[in-house]
Amino acid sequence: MSKSTVENNMYGVLAEFRNPKELVDAAKMINQNGYKKFDTFSPFPIHGIDKAMNLPKSKLGWIVISHGLIGLIGSFAMIYFMMVADYPLNISGKTLLNIPAWIPVIFELTVLLSAFGAVFGMFFLNGLPKFNHPLFNSDNFAKVTDDGFFVCIEAADPQFDADKVQSMLKDAGGTNIEEIYDN
Amino acid sequence: MSKTYEYVTEPALVKGNHDFKSLTALITDINMRPTPKGWYIAFGISNILLFVLLFSIGYLIWEGTGIWGLNAPAGWGWAIINFVWWVGIGHAGTLISAILFLFRQDWRTAINRFAEAMTIFAVMCAGIFPAIHVGRIWVIYWVFPLPNQMAMWPNFNSPLLWDVFAVSTYFTVSLLFWYVGLVPDLATIRDRIKSKLGKTIYGTFALGWRGSNRHWWNYEKSYMILAGLATPLVLSVHTIVSFDFAVSLIPGWHTTIFPPYFVAGAVFSGFAMVLTLMIIVRKIYGLEEIMTLDHIEKMNIIIMVTGSMVGFAYLMEFFIAWYSGVEYEKAIFILRATGPYAWAYWIMITCNVISPQVFWSKKLRRNVAFTFFISIVVNIGMWFERFVIAVTSLSTDFLPSSWGYYSPTFWDVITYVGTFGLFFTFFLLFLRFLPMVAVAEIKAVIPQADPHNYDENGEFNPPKVEIPEPIKDSAQKG
Repeated sequence: MSKSTVENNMYGVLAEFRNPKELVDAAKMINQNGYKKFDTFSPFPIHGIDKAMNLPKSKLGWIVISHGLIGLIGSFAMIYFMMVADYPLNISGKTLLNIPAWIPVIFELTVLLSAFGAVFGMFFLNGLPKFNHPLFNSDNFAKVTDDGFFVCIEAADPQFDADKVQSMLKDAGGTNIEEIYDN
Repeated sequence: MSKTYEYVTEPALVKGNHDFKSLTALITDINMRPTPKGWYIAFGISNILLFVLLFSIGYLIWEGTGIWGLNAPAGWGWAIINFVWWVGIGHAGTLISAILFLFRQDWRTAINRFAEAMTIFAVMCAGIFPAIHVGRIWVIYWVFPLPNQMAMWPNFNSPLLWDVFAVSTYFTVSLLFWYVGLVPDLATIRDRIKSKLGKTIYGTFALGWRGSNRHWWNYEKSYMILAGLATPLVLSVHTIVSFDFAVSLIPGWHTTIFPPYFVAGAVFSGFAMVLTLMIIVRKIYGLEEIMTLDHIEKMNIIIMVTGSMVGFAYLMEFFIAWYSGVEYEKAIFILRATGPYAWAYWIMITCNVISPQVFWSKKLRRNVAFTFFISIVVNIGMWFERFVIAVTSLSTDFLPSSWGYYSPTFWDVITYVGTFGLFFTFFLLFLRFLPMVAVAEIKAVIPQADPHNYDENGEFNPPKVEIPEPIKDSAQKG
């Protein structure tokens, strides 16, 4: 990182591309050039861009399964405590440890906890909610939720050099190239 | 023997000449332009009905469940019928958003948001009935496993308690699923709306979403896991609702066919309700290019399939009643068709078994006015199905000396009518303030979204589908 970018608080360089294909090509090129801290932005998920950007596998599955196990074991423990340990009730001589009858509730609570894991885990991994972000300083960036396809290479990347990055994005077909400042 | 081969191309999911920008405008402009007058009129009527509901609930709490037509022997009446009916309607939303998603049915994107909203409001209407029918609503928290002054816990062996967990989990997961789908679209409105207040509100709920592909990566994974969780959930909920009946010993209820039969019925009535609402909405808001005739046809096929499953279940119930040799079972089924409630039984058969069979005709499947009519008929039929199940079995149980005839009171009727007020109040608010089609998802299914549909210069150039000449073999000539 050059000294000047630190001083003037630069967040990164943003470039716009015309369509999903150009975005995928740009992502592939940036990745091949060895940049690590960059991101692409699009109004919808693009098929195959994870490969082009070389994204690691999502960790969400682990979050969901651990939540699901908490739901499974937790609900069994809860029912066992309530029906067998704390307040055993003899209902027409039926067994206290009545596992088949507990399955519906155990199932529902396992699903519920897993769903919490899937939703809140996703927001956690994405760092959301985050209402303020340097990219929102760009007026052009508002297009991203409509029909805009953007690439941003962050100044925090070890090989970042503002001029080099700008010319590289220009060569790749990027338009509306602008520097984004963090303030 | 002759064979002709032909490639049949799938019809485009979005009709008309739409690109990303025009799709955004088409859907989100509805939320941003001034409220139409018709909306206020509809909202006013819904509010009056909502008031009717609140009034009837208030009177019920004041006076007790005696104001309803419940009595010995029919201790369950309209409350459970309405509960099962509304929960069933809700199921189409989750089915469209989860099961069709897992089956890669891309046509769901046009209707899933809409159907999920319907699910949430229908489950809210459903949830009211078991809550108010307990009589002493101020101790409703006893159904939850919370410590109370009697140091007692709810009975986890009871199907009625399973219901509490099933319905509340279903509502929560549906709401989360719906909200996760909404986040990118809320961001779309945030970026387009001019008013400061609108920007703040939509911006808050959009959580700062900025379309990052690192986010989309986790997002899609989350959506898929949620769909995978919601699929068994939606099947389990109506299964558990059917356990309320099936786990008892009352003749006509004590059958193992109930879970699959209830689920099929739920999907049947749910799709009918989605069609009823969709046919009105697509016309008013001019969304015919997104919610196309092909969608209506596909949904009609599902109605036909599930309607036939329900019809099969009715037949099977009769067969098993006879085959089991249990006299009470045999008697109840004959009584259903010929006894004091025969009128309800034959309404049910006409609406649920006969009416969907018309959709074998392609012409009628693609007829909007006719579909609208059938969708309402199906919902009436499914209400009567629950009426027949709940009331006939209870009012004619094992002992002829305890038989009786159930009839509802004025309060039964207006409580039911009032729930439409609750449903439509929320539904109209949804139509007004939230994008009724999943904007981000519908963009992803048009040909412009696929990187493979561009040539090496980056120009949009979808591959032409070639339809080769039919291959005729020699046998045909001779």
